[in-house]
Amino acid sequence: MSDEGKIKKVSIIISQGSLEGAYPGLIMANGARMMGIEVNVFFTFFGLNTITKSKMNNIKVATVGNPAMGIPSLIGILPGMSSMATNMMKKQMEELDIPPIGEFIEMISDAGGKIYACLATVEMFKLKKEDFCDQLDSILTVGDFYNLAAGGQIIFT
Amino acid sequence: MKKDIAGFSVDVTEEGYLVSSAQWNKDIAEAIAKELGLGDLTPGHWKVIEFLQKDFAETGKIPTIRRVNKVGNIGTQELYALFPEGPLLKATKVAGMSKPVSCV
Repeated sequence: MSDEGKIKKVSIIISQGSLEGAYPGLIMANGARMMGIEVNVFFTFFGLNTITKSKMNNIKVATVGNPAMGIPSLIGILPGMSSMATNMMKKQMEELDIPPIGEFIEMISDAGGKIYACLATVEMFKLKKEDFCDQLDSILTVGDFYNLAAGGQIIFT
Repeated sequence: MKKDIAGFSVDVTEEGYLVSSAQWNKDIAEAIAKELGLGDLTPGHWKVIEFLQKDFAETGKIPTIRRVNKVGNIGTQELYALFPEGPLLKATKVAGMSKPVSCV
């Protein structure tokens, strides 16, 4: 492959706090590092749950208002439905050797990917640096993010 | 296609992976490593190569980076330091294995 045709840097935005909302961005971030591509991951809005210590290991699949699940919302609303769907999906992912969220963030960070939180959301949710996992590199403004992303591709998830 | 590596004529894919691991030997590994810019192979590199080969022989699958960490006891940071910019792609190539097809 010629060097000109190769992606050298990606900046991935993760804006959702459900399991199915967070994983695609994480898989793409890790996959990019595996290819030697420089990676920034920017967590915003409920995506911040993915790197918040008290929440990151309790991220669930949305069973309500999620037509792709094939479960009517009236049933998805029942207690335990979200946990059940989450456990099923986690089991499938474990079989493919896709790690749980906390371990995945650690893996991406160990691979050299950078982990950032969105300042506006951090302030809105009244969070502090200590609330985040150790892998957090820093809390950024949108402007800082664009500066870091310069010269690469931006992917919004 | 045929390629001359370290004085051996071997079959490789378009991307330079050995077609048959039976044609692999340590001299070939050293030559591929140089070609990839890894320099001389250190005991750290060999630990990775040997784990990949052993695990593949046992499971029939190329291990993921996570498995190299958990089962092979080679940390992800260490793996990326040994084989920068595409650790599994490079390590499998040096180990004479096929190109990994997993997304993780």
